[in-house]
Parts: sequence; C-alpha cells; structure tokens
Amino acid sequence: MHTKSMNWPLFMSIAMLFALPVVSEGQTTEDQQRQQMGMESHVGKLTGSAKEGQLAYQRYCIGCHGALGDGAGENAQWMEPRPRNFTRGTFRCRSTATGTLPTDEDLYDTIGRGLLNSNMPQWRPLSKQERADLVAYVKHFSTRYASEKPGAPIEIPAEPEVTAERIKAGQASFQKLECWKCHGVEGRGNGPSADSLTDDQNMPIKPFNFHDETSFKCGSSDRDLYKIFMTGLDGSPMPSFADTVKPDQAWNLVFYLRTLQPGRSKAKTIARQLGLKPVNPEAANGLD
Amino acid sequence: MQMGIPMQSSSSRSLAGSVLPIALVLLAFELAGSFSANAIPAFARKYSLPCSACHEAWPKLNTFGQTFKDNGYQLMNEHDSPIWQNPSYWPVTFRITPNFHRESTNRVAIDQAGGAEQRVTNQGFDLSGLDILTGGTLYKNISFLLTPSSDNSGTFHFESAWVRFDNLVKSPWLNVKAGKFELDNIISEKRMMSLSNNGGSFKLYHFVPVGDSNTFAQIGDNQLGVEGSGHSLDSRTRYSVAVLSSNDGNVNLPSNSYSTFVTASHAFDTGKLGVDRVGGYLFVGEAPTFSLTSGGTTVVGRGNKSFHREGVFGLFYLKKLDFTLYYQHGWDSAFFGTSAPADGTPLPAGARAPTWNGGFIETHFTVNPQLFFIQRSEWVRMSRQALATSASNLGDIDAYTAGFRWYPFMFSRAGFAFHNEYSLVRQKGASPKGLNLTGSSLLFGFDFAF
Repeated sequence: MHTKSMNWPLFMSIAMLFALPVVSEGQTTEDQQRQQMGMESHVGKLTGSAKEGQLAYQRYCIGCHGALGDGAGENAQWMEPRPRNFTRGTFRCRSTATGTLPTDEDLYDTIGRGLLNSNMPQWRPLSKQERADLVAYVKHFSTRYASEKPGAPIEIPAEPEVTAERIKAGQASFQKLECWKCHGVEGRGNGPSADSLTDDQNMPIKPFNFHDETSFKCGSSDRDLYKIFMTGLDGSPMPSFADTVKPDQAWNLVFYLRTLQPGRSKAKTIARQLGLKPVNPEAANGLD
Repeated sequence: MQMGIPMQSSSSRSLAGSVLPIALVLLAFELAGSFSANAIPAFARKYSLPCSACHEAWPKLNTFGQTFKDNGYQLMNEHDSPIWQNPSYWPVTFRITPNFHRESTNRVAIDQAGGAEQRVTNQGFDLSGLDILTGGTLYKNISFLLTPSSDNSGTFHFESAWVRFDNLVKSPWLNVKAGKFELDNIISEKRMMSLSNNGGSFKLYHFVPVGDSNTFAQIGDNQLGVEGSGHSLDSRTRYSVAVLSSNDGNVNLPSNSYSTFVTASHAFDTGKLGVDRVGGYLFVGEAPTFSLTSGGTTVVGRGNKSFHREGVFGLFYLKKLDFTLYYQHGWDSAFFGTSAPADGTPLPAGARAPTWNGGFIETHFTVNPQLFFIQRSEWVRMSRQALATSASNLGDIDAYTAGFRWYPFMFSRAGFAFHNEYSLVRQKGASPKGLNLTGSSLLFGFDFAF
C-alpha cells in the first residue's frame, strides 16, 4: 500500500474501457431465428413472445436444453433422463392425442409443474408472463410449429365414483394391457421389460414406480393420470391407449393404480377391505 | 464483526469521548474486508443449473432462487436428498476476490502529527476475505449451511452454522432453523452486489448512533438463535419469526437477554414488468448495558435495556430495471444512547432515547445474466439525539455506491465476475475531533467462486 496520488479520471476511463464487455449470447440458428422468432404463445389471457422469452431461456434453460434447443446443453451429459430435444417437437405431457403437438397450456403447465424424477424443476416462481414467453421460445425451436397446429385436447368424461368393482376391473385391465411388463406386477417399475426400455433419443428410461410417488410426471390428479393413458407420453415407451381402452376402463385403471401409491385414498381403503393382492400373469400362465 | 458486551463506567459518558471508539468500530468494520456472501456453485453442480437460474446476477437471488432457498436448498423434485448424488459430490464452495482498491479517509488522527487529523489514502492490490460455503441437504427436508469464513489475513470464524427442518407437517408454511444464521432479510447483505470497504454493507443494517453502546441490534450480522418460517409454494408470500440471543452472533458471550426478528412480505405478479414484492420487519429485544467480571473476565451481562428497529421494504421491477427500497426507524433505550450502565446509577441529565430514520434506494439494470449495473443511495438521519446538547445531525450518514459486474461466462460449475465499484460515505461529526468524516472506496476485483 502507498499513498502516492495518481491521475484517477484517466485511470478510471482506461479501466472502464477495458471492462466494457462483449455480451455473449446463446443463439439458435440464423434460419430459425429469422423464421420463427415471431412465434407467440397464448395461455388464457396471456400472450407470450419468443423474442421476450429468449433472455429467460438463456437464464434458466440453456444449461440443459442447449442454445439450439436440441437437448445438448453443457449439463446434458450428466443427466438421466436427458433433457428434452425441442427441435423434434415431441412432448410427453400433453392434453392432445398421441403424435400431435401439445397446446400452449400444456407446455405452460409443464414449465410450472416441472417433471418428476428428472432434473426439470418446478418453475412456478417465475412470473406468468415469463412462463408464457418461454413457451413461445420453446416452440420456436421446432419447425413442426410452422406447419402444424396443436392437437385438440382430448375429452375427459366426469370421474365416476370409485367402487370395489371398478378397482377389480382396473386390476384386470392392468394385466390385460400388459402394463406389468414394464411397471411390474406390483407396479414397482421392475417388470421384465423394464431394463431394456429406451426413449426416442435411444437413452435408457425407467418405468414409473407407483409405490414411490403420489404424483406423476405429468400431474398429480386422477384426471392427469387418465390423460396419460389416453394421450401416451410421446418420446417414451408409454403408448396411448386411446384406441384400445374405453373411457370407463381408463377410469377403472386410474382407481386401481391409486391403490398402489403411498398415502391415503378411498381406492386404497377399498382395496384393503377387498384384500386385493397383485396377480402375476406369468405365474398364472398368462392372460390373453 | 466481533464485539463484546460494552463495559462502560459511568464516568465515560461524554459524547466527545464516544466519538473515537465509534469511529474505530466503524473503521474496523469497514476494514474487516470479509464480505461474507452466499453464491454457491455447489448447488449449481448438484442440480446442473447455471448460476443465473437462481441469481439475477450472483449473488443476488431471483424469484426462483428465493424459492429454492425457502425450500431449504431443495428443488422439491424428489432428488434433493444427498442419496441421489454421486458419492464423490462434495457440497463445498470457495469464494474470494483478489482486487485492486483505493481507500481514502479525510480525517484520521495521526500520532506523528500529535493527533492532528489528516487525509489518509491507501491503494494497492489486496485480497478479500475467504468464504468456504458448505450447504445443502443432509436428508430430504433437512438442510444445512456451514460457512467458515476468514478475514483477509486468514483469521477464521463461523459466519453461519445451522440446521433447518423443512416442510414440517408436509407444509411449506412451517420450517424451523437453529444455529447461527443470517436474519431473513429479503434485501440480503450477504447477497449484496457491492463489495468495497465502504460500499460492501448497508449502513442501516449496522447503524449505531454516535455515543450509543448498543452493538447488539445489527440486522446485517448473522445471529445465534432459532427461526420459524414459512412460505407459499412459489414463495410469493413468506414470513419468519426468529428468537435470538442478544449477543450479535458472537459465541461464548455470556448473555441472558433475547431479541426477536419478525418479517413478512408478499410478492405480486405484475405481468410484463416482473414480480414485485413489499414487506415489513421488526427487530425488538433487550440487551445488556454492562457486564459483571471475575478476575477481569466478563462472566455475565447485566442491566438489560430495550431497543427496536422496524421498517418496510419493496422490490419493484420494470423489466430489466429494478428498484430496491428500504426504510427503517430505530430506537434505543437512553441507557444505550448515553452508554450508561443500568446499574442504579442515574442517567445523565436530560438523557433521552435516541431515534433515527433511514433508508436506501438501490437500482439495478440487468442487461442480461452476464452484465449487471448497480447504484445505491443511502441516508440515515438522527431524529432525536440522546443528549440535547449534541448537534441534531451528529452521526447522520450519506452513502453512495455505483458500479457494475461482468460475468464472462455463465454455467453450472463455477462463477466469475469482473467487479468494478466506487463508493462514498460521509458521516456528520464522526471524525476524531467531531468533524465530518468522509471515506471513499474504489475497487476493481475478480470475484470468483467454485
């Protein structure tokens, strides 16, 4: 330390000049930017803008999903499951039929809710506008949004009353639809196919263990579970059963799966009264 | 800050005599050089999120980071327990700032000049203190923070050491923390964006009137105690109540007095402008005015007298521009105000409880997560002096800070910022001879954490 005086204005000017940064920004390809940066989202009364969402994407999302939205962010290599590749325009949590684009509300809800058993956190603390802007920015990565409209939300009939008959029917459906092959006889995610499953990026993926969680990747309500059967989780091995399962059967399955989960539920109480036990179809020499 | 129980004799009550110790205390604080702050790349590594996910510009939290903190350093994604981590993961972060700085003080009593006041200017290369931040979860819903922290000479103390039980009865509205912790200040001095000796603290968080001996009510210091807190799922609404030992966070300090810090705030989603927040706080308690000694060693504090600080704050966003507003009203017992022990000795004639008002406006312009500008203007005004003979503005403070930080990269493994700052502080009548004391700091530093 010393006390010699110096020309501070000159020193400051030089220091500030050197300090002026070149602001680095993540970029999508120029083509995509040109063509799709005008993308909007519409969630209720909110209108999101891809241009506005770019900064939020750089702040929150780029580390996993990458500057190009291809799921190849700097952290992706350490993640399991891998981050979503937005350029494919394939999304798991939808209210729309399998193979179709999700609605803006679907993407908005996914951002707020996060994805259970993944690195995708709940971004609920962000402002609603910020989330709507992010939806628009996520959409701008995929050329699908330039040529396709989102699918129409599936119809979900009113939830019937849970009964012992419905739970037993749901258990039968669980066997008949071969849910157990992935999810296991007891729903613990350890079925005979569990170890061989891969997602659309050819990465290993684990089936859901119903005994671990009270909620699901795409929500926690009975309606959410119903929706998962009927829309499937696109990009994962979980198919849509919309063509093979009638709404009433789907509700039965919902009630049965609720009996496997932790916590209290009416379905679980009824199952306990019934003395419901898992049935191993392989041990029973198979069911049609 | 390390401060003991004041041991004042009744003969040392003159304000003139108190000016020098107070000035020295302030100087010691300014020169401590350890701006313990929380920006924790260990969390970023654990969750694979960039610093900018939780920080508007680190170490300042954004709404997502505030919620993460309120959840007990958990994302609530079922992967919060350390059992999910690679066993080689260590939740440790180091932070230090090599810097060049210039400090100038206009009136310092120089021994070689027979105590005459002279301007003193120091400049040169230096180090900040070192923070070793270890934090995270011990188990799902049991979180912790341990911060061994040193000043720039390497003398360590525990800046933080607490365990928190989160989401009790499965509700975010009930969390309990015990140990040594930062008071629940949304406008956190531990995450402030200015680092220089003069600008690296909120003056109001440490304000002590000239001649006042109450060093126990410093909102900016980490305190020892227990805190109950709660928040909505998105932390838009939050509260906390802390019961603290009145020892200003100093360990092994014999004390039988307690204080309470209460705060609550609510945030509003204002559409395209951002998320604004308003709130209030109250810090009230008792603290000793003198201590009993045995063989010259302090054994217990006595003569408890009361104090309180209360105020409101707000954070307002206009997209990339935001304003932080803070107001405080302070009150100390006349015993503190005159540094008089409450041991039966009468107060000086005309002694009154000192009061003051203060506030600051801090403005940020976040160009993007990698470029951040800041200015802060802070004022403290005495509204009543402990002794009517004192000048009405004795101890008033004006403080100004401006600067910017540039983060050349932003990712999830480490943080690095080129920090540039100038600050100026002026306090009325605070020089050794009772004249106005002005200090300025200039700092260029490389602030890094990994």
